[in-house]
Amino acid sequence: MGSLKFAVILFGLRLLFLLQALRYQAFRDRLKEKNFTAQIKTKDNSIGRWFTFKDGKISSGSGIKIDADIILTFKTPEIAARLLMPPINQLEQINAMKDFLISLEGPDNLALWFTQTVMQTQTIGWKYGVDMGDGMTRFTNMTNGGPVFLYVKDNKLIRITPIDFDDSDPDTYTIKARGKTFKPPRKTTLAPHGMNWKSMLNSPDRLLYPMKRVDFDPAGERNQQNRGSSGYERISWDEALDIVAGEIKRIKKEHGPGAIANSHGSHHTWGNVGYYLSADFKFINAVGMTRVLHNPDSWEGWYWGAAHHWGGSLRVGQSETYGTVEDLLKEAEMVVFWSSNPEGTSGAYGSLEGTVRRKWLKELDIDIVHVDPYYNDTAQFLGGKWLAPKPTSSPALSMAIANVWIEENLYDKDFVEKRTTGFNKWKAYIMGEDDGVPKTPEWAAAETNLKAKDIRALARKWGNRKVYLAAGGWGNGHGGACRNATGIQWARSLVCLMAMQGIGKPGVNMGNLQWGTPVNTNFYFPGYAEGGMSGDLHHTAMSVELYQRMPQLPSLNTVEQAIPRLWLPEAIMEGKAEGYAWDGKSIEAQFSKVSYPKPGYSPVKMLYKIGGSIFGTMADTNRHVKMYRSPNLEFCVSQAMYNEGETKFADLILPACTNFERPDISEWAALGGYAHHGQTQLNNRVAIFQHQAIKPMGESKSDYTIFSMICERLGLSAYFTEGISELDWAKRIFDASDLPQIISWKKFIKKGYVVIPPEKEELRDPLSWNWYYEGRKKDVPEPMPLPSDYKDGYLEGIQTQSGKIEFEAQSLKRFDADDPERPPVVKYTRPFEPEHEAKYPLRMLTPHPRFSFHTQGDGKDSYINNIKDHRVEVDGYYYWIIRINAKDAKERNIKMHDLVKVHNDQGGVVCAALVTERLPQGSAHGYESCATYDPLGEPGNSVDRGGILNLLTPKKSQIKKGHSMGSSTALVEIELWDGKAEHNVAPAIAAE
Amino acid sequence: MSKWNLIIDIENCTNCNMCVLACQDEHVDNSFPGYAEEMPKHGARWIEIMRKERGQAPMIDVAYMPVMCQHCDDAPCIKAAENSAIKKRADGIVIIDPIKAKGQKHIVESCPYNAIWWNEKLQLPQIWIFDAHLLDDGWKQPRAASVCATEAIVAKKVTDAEMTKIIESENLEVLHPEYGTKPRVYYKNLQRYNKCFVGGSVAAINDGTTDCVKGATVKLSQNSTMIAEDTTDAFGDFKFDKLDEKSGIYTIEVSAEGYSSKSIEVDLDTSITIEDIYL
Repeated sequence: MGSLKFAVILFGLRLLFLLQALRYQAFRDRLKEKNFTAQIKTKDNSIGRWFTFKDGKISSGSGIKIDADIILTFKTPEIAARLLMPPINQLEQINAMKDFLISLEGPDNLALWFTQTVMQTQTIGWKYGVDMGDGMTRFTNMTNGGPVFLYVKDNKLIRITPIDFDDSDPDTYTIKARGKTFKPPRKTTLAPHGMNWKSMLNSPDRLLYPMKRVDFDPAGERNQQNRGSSGYERISWDEALDIVAGEIKRIKKEHGPGAIANSHGSHHTWGNVGYYLSADFKFINAVGMTRVLHNPDSWEGWYWGAAHHWGGSLRVGQSETYGTVEDLLKEAEMVVFWSSNPEGTSGAYGSLEGTVRRKWLKELDIDIVHVDPYYNDTAQFLGGKWLAPKPTSSPALSMAIANVWIEENLYDKDFVEKRTTGFNKWKAYIMGEDDGVPKTPEWAAAETNLKAKDIRALARKWGNRKVYLAAGGWGNGHGGACRNATGIQWARSLVCLMAMQGIGKPGVNMGNLQWGTPVNTNFYFPGYAEGGMSGDLHHTAMSVELYQRMPQLPSLNTVEQAIPRLWLPEAIMEGKAEGYAWDGKSIEAQFSKVSYPKPGYSPVKMLYKIGGSIFGTMADTNRHVKMYRSPNLEFCVSQAMYNEGETKFADLILPACTNFERPDISEWAALGGYAHHGQTQLNNRVAIFQHQAIKPMGESKSDYTIFSMICERLGLSAYFTEGISELDWAKRIFDASDLPQIISWKKFIKKGYVVIPPEKEELRDPLSWNWYYEGRKKDVPEPMPLPSDYKDGYLEGIQTQSGKIEFEAQSLKRFDADDPERPPVVKYTRPFEPEHEAKYPLRMLTPHPRFSFHTQGDGKDSYINNIKDHRVEVDGYYYWIIRINAKDAKERNIKMHDLVKVHNDQGGVVCAALVTERLPQGSAHGYESCATYDPLGEPGNSVDRGGILNLLTPKKSQIKKGHSMGSSTALVEIELWDGKAEHNVAPAIAAE
Repeated sequence: MSKWNLIIDIENCTNCNMCVLACQDEHVDNSFPGYAEEMPKHGARWIEIMRKERGQAPMIDVAYMPVMCQHCDDAPCIKAAENSAIKKRADGIVIIDPIKAKGQKHIVESCPYNAIWWNEKLQLPQIWIFDAHLLDDGWKQPRAASVCATEAIVAKKVTDAEMTKIIESENLEVLHPEYGTKPRVYYKNLQRYNKCFVGGSVAAINDGTTDCVKGATVKLSQNSTMIAEDTTDAFGDFKFDKLDEKSGIYTIEVSAEGYSSKSIEVDLDTSITIEDIYL
């Protein structure tokens, strides 16, 4: 029976080939690509059929051709019939591969082409996009800034718009608060960097062809010292791929495991298949590479600090995020935005969704306070009281607030008694009982440059009232001051404040309307952190849910060596580096030390860089520049979309296309992992089929395609691709999600988007922390902490040792009770040496850019460069902006848009001055994450006019026993630029 | 006959630049015959966002005001154009004919709002066209409005009579009414941009501790005439807005129960923040 079925299926495949060739030109074109014979058969050769492809024609016959180029063998006809009979069961196929019931022999390139062609017989007829008439098609896609319609005519992108919902899309939620009814508009919003994408697609800096550095010869002189200086020549894909695959083989054999490192940015272009956590991680695991271990860059203070007091390690130390929008609007009397500028960061992936809701805040009688050295974009929009502490001094402010609360009985004693431990230790420090220094408003005034009367007024306005604390752009911790040198102290002290006010009481919580909307969180679509097609259960959140829903080959990196990213240059140049793990599975996981090199592994000799430039995002960036010019790196390849910043330091450049030029699938703001239920940033959940709206430009290719072509040369393409294309992976992700419950695949890929219906009012998520406040079992829908972290019983209490919020952190007591940088009770210490401050009197804030997204959207001749608060054109060059207080500017004879040199001992950066009252004296403000690096002299040793302010930021970890950047505030001097390229110039203002 | 109008609420403009970017997205590399030729990628700001900071730290505010072609009913550019190169459409929108206007650089100078941009490459005067090409195609709003998350920009197609009512009920103003060009672009909360404020905080020392004084009465007067009154908040702050720049000397009188009153004078040039008034 099995034999007959198998024979019929094979005969059917022949018919399918012929039929699709008859119907579709694209399929006929595909068939012209290769000339060879494929054989499908049973192991005992009893059943078989061969297919010969020659000049676009197919011939086929039953039986066995002994000289077939590739051979697909099934153990028995029964197995073959079971695996090939539609509907295909992916799990059975995976299991058959694991059990060696299927084998595929022959050259990788032919085998992959054959299996992908078989898959194409199913997909070739699919129809994408909506016909708008007059030759215009409306496609959809997803940017990091939100979902978009793409209007395309004759393979040209005409326009990008947000998505307006149609009558068939579901309704959105309604919130009633204080006699008003709030309802978001029936459309998606978009962040500026999303609106900018047409110029990114058509950027003159797009890489269109593989390029080789002119003085790099893999067979001869490599001239590593010239990286960043010498030019490039165009080479063919074959030549490029042969060099890369050849170097991978050579380096592995010559040096042993670990000699190849993979470096990627923190963000990629959107799409669950193409994201770095998906395709790149599978590639890393397929080849075996030293990982560059990221630090928890947007969460530093919360991960290394706050988690020890209130748990939440699987949220990187941040607060729960459910139900807070409704609670804030209904209950709160005041919102304290503390280093919280959601208008400036668009919630990372949340577009301007939160902006819609913060406009509601303006319509209600809720007081607003902004604590930020910069009168930020959110303060500009919402107004309210502005308190501008000296950068990095915020922990002192928290302590003074606690001092007033204790002095004046303005805290929730019942909550402190029942739900916290260690209060007396905290109280002793705050009141100065242990060190003789009461942390009074007057004490804090001297540290912060605030006025004691204002600190006292804030404390009194806050204590025992219904107040929301918004920390960082997300409001629950992400971003902001947690990234500066006292970020850990700051985050820890804020937890203590919230513990004193009874977090979870109605109106007392963390948030700024950025997270916590009443969308349906029970409808599943995988977040990008769930790893897509990576098969990586170790370094992604795949095991949470996606792995069972989307069976795939597991993948594991056999190289266990890792480099702590903050010390990547030291690792390469000095040969060693140490850091600590970013691992959220428990509070204690962060205590694991990571050392490079790992015993028994090779030092890194080759760097595989993928994605956007990270030069602009890394502290003391000249280190990275020098790293690239080190002879220790024998080979550097960069797989990138743009010839920007870091790309220009590679030996070989592989041109990647944008996500408008390849198919993918995703959901808006679906982050997953450490940012579980990121969709609660949205007013409407929207899943997108990311159409390939135009053909890849030049010879650029998708990351997936580039990886699979390298894998072909390494014999790994079947493992990397599972024999299918990125389009097929997108379909598998669709099938793995809950989307099939609300839309068919064919409708989805045509319309391009689907709005996930909102939750019924009576089924909305409960309020974060309310369960804890009321002493109930945890009832918010997050699968964290892990079951073994509970003490009294599952869902009872929080992750800390006591199960309560701990003013004195038991985990830190166990780890190192005497660590002066991170004692069990948080203490305030100043971050800078007095001599250093005297030499460089300005504290420069370097927050995330508002208009671009990391290095995406900046430079590259994009539209964003025209924005006067991003860059300013002076004599034909677009300079980065540095904001300087008006009095500080006057003292330095600096006027609006003068070219100035921002500098310290590490380097100098030429910027255009923006003279402002939005900063107190002694502070400066310029975004980090510039994409351009434009040294005026020797790279790494001269003034940069691209705008990389991170050249000047401190590389020092916030604490030695951590891996924690503290670089968002640097000490600098600013003076009129003298036009020189050297940077070692004495400061203009002498220390007084 | 209903006509297009644009309403911009300065209170809700966050400087996100979405309108500016959407305008570039629509017009750079795209030409719409009869409406507009391609917009240059750089150097043209068909929509331009103006910035205004008021006051000094620690009490400031910042306003952003998008400015574009005002689609005036009595547009000087129409008169300045030769060859009838600029037309006022029946729906109120002003269109510079991209063929007829070629070479007419003097049109740029005719606009008192500086909203006409010279395209050097194409030798054309160009403006923000209200996305007339899209409205004619059935779109409901110009792109600058549809991408605005705070609805700070909204286009309204109503009769002039209906618009007059809206102007009254929503306190709308035009930029520089003294130009007499009858713009169709209206602004709400324009004081955030073109007026100034006097603000400050009130404090007192009690038993050696300095505190903010909440609930103090602050009166603003000029030439012995009281203009406004405010009560200080928890931070002791008060603020008087909508004053004219360079409007002379004002007296601020602060009184609070249990304290003796204090009076200070300010010569108002532009917005001023008085750091601390001690009672």
